[in-house]
Amino acid sequence: MSTEAIAEPRRGRAIHFFRQNIGLVLVFVMLAAAVVLYCVVYWMQLQTLPGNFEITSTVNNTMPLVLVAMGQAIVVLARGLDLSVGGVMDLTNALAAVLLHDNLASMVGWSLVILLIGAGLGLINGLLVAVGRLQPILVTLATLAVYQGLAIRVLPQPGGAVPPSYTAALVDPNQPFALVYVVLLGLLWSAFRRSNLGVSIVAVGNDEQSARANGVAVIPTRILAFTLSGMLAAAAGLFLAATATAGDATTGNGYTLTSIVAVVLGGMSLFGGRGSAVGVIAGAFLTTMIVNVLFFSQIDPLYQSFYEGLFLVIAVVLSTMIGLLLRRRH
Amino acid sequence: MRPRELAGGSDPPAIEGVGLAKAFGGVQALDNASFSAATGEVHALVGENGAGKSTLIKLLGGRLHPDAGEIRVGGSKVALAGPHAAHDLGIWTVFQELTLFPWMTVAENLLLRREPRGALGLIHRGRMAEEADSILAGLEIRAIDPRALIDDLPLAQRQIIEIVRVIIQDPGTLLLDEPTSSLGEHEVDWLFKLIHDLRGRGKCIVFTSHRWNEITNIADRITIFRNGTETGTFTEIDESKAVTLMTGRRVEAFYPPIPPLPDSPAMLEARGVTGEGLQDVSLTLHAGEILGIGGLAGHGHRELFLYLFGAQPGAAGEISVNGAPAHIRNPREAVRRGIALVPEDRKTEGLLLPMSVKVNLTLPIVSQRLASLGLIHAAGERRVANDMIRQLQIRTPGLNATAGQLSGGNQQKVLLGRWLIADSRILLLYDVTRGVDIATKHEIYELVARLAGEGRALLFYSSDAEELAHLCHRVLVMREGRIAAELPSRGITAEDIVAAAVRESVVH
Repeated sequence: MSTEAIAEPRRGRAIHFFRQNIGLVLVFVMLAAAVVLYCVVYWMQLQTLPGNFEITSTVNNTMPLVLVAMGQAIVVLARGLDLSVGGVMDLTNALAAVLLHDNLASMVGWSLVILLIGAGLGLINGLLVAVGRLQPILVTLATLAVYQGLAIRVLPQPGGAVPPSYTAALVDPNQPFALVYVVLLGLLWSAFRRSNLGVSIVAVGNDEQSARANGVAVIPTRILAFTLSGMLAAAAGLFLAATATAGDATTGNGYTLTSIVAVVLGGMSLFGGRGSAVGVIAGAFLTTMIVNVLFFSQIDPLYQSFYEGLFLVIAVVLSTMIGLLLRRRH
Repeated sequence: MRPRELAGGSDPPAIEGVGLAKAFGGVQALDNASFSAATGEVHALVGENGAGKSTLIKLLGGRLHPDAGEIRVGGSKVALAGPHAAHDLGIWTVFQELTLFPWMTVAENLLLRREPRGALGLIHRGRMAEEADSILAGLEIRAIDPRALIDDLPLAQRQIIEIVRVIIQDPGTLLLDEPTSSLGEHEVDWLFKLIHDLRGRGKCIVFTSHRWNEITNIADRITIFRNGTETGTFTEIDESKAVTLMTGRRVEAFYPPIPPLPDSPAMLEARGVTGEGLQDVSLTLHAGEILGIGGLAGHGHRELFLYLFGAQPGAAGEISVNGAPAHIRNPREAVRRGIALVPEDRKTEGLLLPMSVKVNLTLPIVSQRLASLGLIHAAGERRVANDMIRQLQIRTPGLNATAGQLSGGNQQKVLLGRWLIADSRILLLYDVTRGVDIATKHEIYELVARLAGEGRALLFYSSDAEELAHLCHRVLVMREGRIAAELPSRGITAEDIVAAAVRESVVH
């Protein structure tokens, strides 16, 4: 029998792909536009195009944000929010500056320990949220302060020293070698999204009740999402130490906000359940490019924070509005 | 009325509940209720909302645990610790509230936790879509793409996916809680064919429904519930007798007489409405008229109603109210001109569920008529709300009970009451009886007839053709966004409406 819900012809696959990936398309278009704009302002200042040095420093400077934003993305996907990532970065950054010594065993060993510490900090968040049934914003706002406090205790004054070989291994200052990490993270994400944990996180973010009714272990899933976020924030803290070649217990503070900005620019819904971390990686680079453009636009340094915030708000509003418009078309 | 038929003593019933009781807070939802269904049987549960049908389904499906009584499967007593325990015994439930993941694809929803694996044990997307494709094709569903997001599917298709998800588990006993409430006529045909097949393969199917035609169509036996207990199981029973058993009172006629159409001026006119899903739709609605809108789901009714209420941006056309041209750009203007919309999805589109019945009733007028200097007259508000609760016989624990506590039918009455308090003259009623129990349906029909008698103009869409045929002065049948047929005055039958709705779409 011919019926509309049973036998009507289907829409093309391209439409499904487009509708499901509008956010992704949008962030890459905005990133391309920002790169072009950056080249223009750079040309106007220096009458030359950005070269290897600029590309390398951009990639190296963005790596911490890419990592922390991916962690944030995992939590957001599970319909949570992790405000403590800045604190985790502070603490792990400070630990790196104090603990790392210039030999392979120390660098590898302590890096792994610091990653585990980050995972542990995330685990605390996860337990409080999933088992303690507390609001993610409240929990992570509180632990943010706690982790920041610990970081100051570990490294009261900026300093310490990160071995140059550590910096060379992670963020080669001469070649944009860190792009390899970006590609690797993209591939890891694509595998993660096809794993049991990945599917469970998306399911929980879609509808916790439905997930439970379908046999998804909701509590462990949420705990793991926060744990991964903590670990990725720790990795970001390590990268930050490597680029700065020293430690600073307040250097991670701004990353709580920018990680959320990158997630939103990357086309992810803060209501959970949809979006891709590939878009979030692009969102992180877009955030950096906005700062770069401002830098070359000769803006009074005292106004820099003001304009950064302004441009981020504009970018977020634009991407949301364009997404809405495109969605309405179909 | 035939007495209960016994199963003959040979096979034990597929599923059985004996002396079941279940209370929620102070409310006894089930009280010493017994029920049994055989293998190879389609068994319907009917009763008013709150009679205990849904509670029974939840007990049998392992979602709830009985306070007293026992559940037997294949003759032996079982303790269902949860849905999984029921699944292990081959008992699966399709619930009324959807349990799908909106931002995941159809394939991801169908195959959750059973996804085909590729390299490294990771999910193989391509094979997953193929597998979902073959599942849907095997069930003769061709319109749903496994790659589509659930959020992009209309309600009827989502309900179908919900059913498919359970069917592929090969249930021995299938429990369906109002599976047809959001389906159009053809999807219902599809479901009934499926149920026939399952019955042929010796499965036991238990379902609840408020649509009497469906029940008599498909059910081998009918068990009627009232006030938390069964009042009898029948193989054959006529509707008015069933309604009497359900409500405990005599219902004279299911459809009340409709007041004759007066020779009255047009209250609402729409000319050449065109937009998304709408093609050159024109209609005239007179005072005292009940104008029916019929047709298959998804053919523009919803867009038309939203347009008339100023809630469909992008559509163009001319509207006049009481003969004067009106530009209705948003619902506020519509309300100001006396137009009210009672939508199908009262939970998300009309009512404030966490707010009190009182607030829900007086919301549109509270600032103009019940307040001075920005302060609300509490006594006046209570009086107005109480009047309406009495008038419409809204069954609520009190003025301050939240709307979410009421049954579906009573929520619908609150919405209607709101617009009566606001004294809207033009009422757009969109599938107002969907998912409403038979007794409350009857009350809503009486109310519709009364409102028309008071000289209000009613535009009445329903997915139930029977309802349109009995209740409307005229019926406009929509197809592919156009008015495909006008069936004038009385003497229309449900078959006429369905025939007009599918005349062309059957061809391809």
